[in-house]
Amino acid sequence: MQVDEATVRRIARLARIRITDEEAKALEGELSGILAWVEQLGEVNTDNVPPMTRVADMKLRKREDVVTDGEKADDIIANAPMTEDHYFVVPKVVE
Amino acid sequence: MTDLTKLTLAEARDGLVAKKFSATELTQAFIKAIDAANPHLNAYVLPTPEHALAQAKASDERLAKGTARPLEGLPLGNKDLFCTKGIRTTACSRILDDFKPTYESTVGQNLWDAGAVMLGKLNNDEFAMGSSNETSAFGPVVNPWRRTRHGQKDNAKLVPGGSSGGSSAAVSANLCLGATATDTGGSIRQPAALTGTVGIKPTYGRCSRWGIVAFASSLDQAGPIAKTVRDSAIMLRHMAGPDAKDSTCVDLPVPDYEAEVARGVKGLRVGVPKEYRVDGMSAEVDALWQKGIAWLKDAGATIHDISLPHTKYALPAYYIVAPAECSSNLARYDGVRYGLRVPGKDLIDTYEATRAAGFGKEVKRRVLIGTYVLSAGYYDAYYLKAQKVRTLIKRDFDNAWSDVDVVLTPTTPSPAFGFGEKAGDPIAMYLEDIFTVTVNMAGLPGISVPAGLSGEGTPMGLQLIGKPFDEGTLFRAAQVIESAAGRFPVPERWWA
Repeated sequence: MQVDEATVRRIARLARIRITDEEAKALEGELSGILAWVEQLGEVNTDNVPPMTRVADMKLRKREDVVTDGEKADDIIANAPMTEDHYFVVPKVVE
Repeated sequence: MTDLTKLTLAEARDGLVAKKFSATELTQAFIKAIDAANPHLNAYVLPTPEHALAQAKASDERLAKGTARPLEGLPLGNKDLFCTKGIRTTACSRILDDFKPTYESTVGQNLWDAGAVMLGKLNNDEFAMGSSNETSAFGPVVNPWRRTRHGQKDNAKLVPGGSSGGSSAAVSANLCLGATATDTGGSIRQPAALTGTVGIKPTYGRCSRWGIVAFASSLDQAGPIAKTVRDSAIMLRHMAGPDAKDSTCVDLPVPDYEAEVARGVKGLRVGVPKEYRVDGMSAEVDALWQKGIAWLKDAGATIHDISLPHTKYALPAYYIVAPAECSSNLARYDGVRYGLRVPGKDLIDTYEATRAAGFGKEVKRRVLIGTYVLSAGYYDAYYLKAQKVRTLIKRDFDNAWSDVDVVLTPTTPSPAFGFGEKAGDPIAMYLEDIFTVTVNMAGLPGISVPAGLSGEGTPMGLQLIGKPFDEGTLFRAAQVIESAAGRFPVPERWWA
């Protein structure tokens, strides 16, 4: 799979990472190389093979649907770069 | 007095109970050793001496009262991927900035509840993505081992492996009795092999992942790096266990692994997979493997050739699954709720600027690969395909378990390499994990035990792979190798 510069930019936009022109050029080659290398999986016949979901056959644990946590707004905002009255502050998103 | 930092965890435990020294004396010895070594090795990104001495004081009170817990007063290092309440946790990424968790990881809490003392936070590759510890935002860790070339001492800095390079370097340099670590594709076993230490990645689900910074959630597991097989058994027992806060953590009792260590391997069936004899494998790695086979045979095990036909597909499948899951997990670093924020002209601009400044090169590369393989139209061709290949890899092992109880392989294709030697080529670096990554893909337990020295005088390890939740057998077989090969302490404290 050959990845061109436009694709690199589109992916970077989806991933919300700003990249420089120089980075876009380097990534073009690196991503193409890695994707070409994983192409070898095409040799493996996976018809009728289910995707792996667990190591050992066991049921997912369940618990009572009750509140077990909460009332810790101070903890939740403790590390935020910008807050106001227990709210996270972000740049304006609606006009 | 003897150098307390040279003791094994088991020896230190017995010495504390016998009152030969106090937990405070033991902790002070490590603090002094860290002060002297850290400017040279960079193993700790945040030493916490005051925290350690407070814990040690409490341990001394319990030891005096006769209410000591199983790990009372034993100083450990904690990989910076484990959240520590009120103590900076960064995953060695700039994007977490000065993050101080308001909670403790379950594995960490289990250790402190058992009486252990935390000496500080250990360096690692950024978000555990790397095999050399060169991607850390705090700079690389130096391997305490040095190589000899053409009969000459070579002072080139060697990598300690990764991602748990701070853990492996700290244990081998006697800067802690043992350390926490995590393993997504080999990040416990490969650094253990490159530093002459023991590292075990338990079965997926044995240790809780709660409070550990997530990389690839279907692969990540915590485990210890320690000086001996016995020490690793003691540590794992007190790290593992059920946890209501992680639904993938199993409700199984944790056996007394230390009791397994001395049980020997009489009658144990050991498998040797032909697919691990890869092109370009060095003669010395092959010779080490043959020695391991002979040691286990001499101790009463039987040796069987086995086939794991999908082995060669494990690494390419891993480089779909791990980046896909990392791109999803790392979406949370957006500069809003914690960590770094680089202000932009609007919200999306803020996200993009924050993530550009906060993530390092390798992390960006993996997030982008992951975003690509998960993007519209590609899910089936990449992620789903890779998860199906995982099923085939696991079936290879399921088939093998009808003939053998444990599998023996080398841990790495080569010994420790120099700084920068593999940094330019992502795939060359990824190949470091060629023998370890299958174990993560199948969710199995694997241990690396030091088994000999390379032609350059640096350590090399052998890997044992076990059935799901059969870590006990790994400790039995690893002890046989350790008893035969001897231990591999760093020959020279060149930094002190």
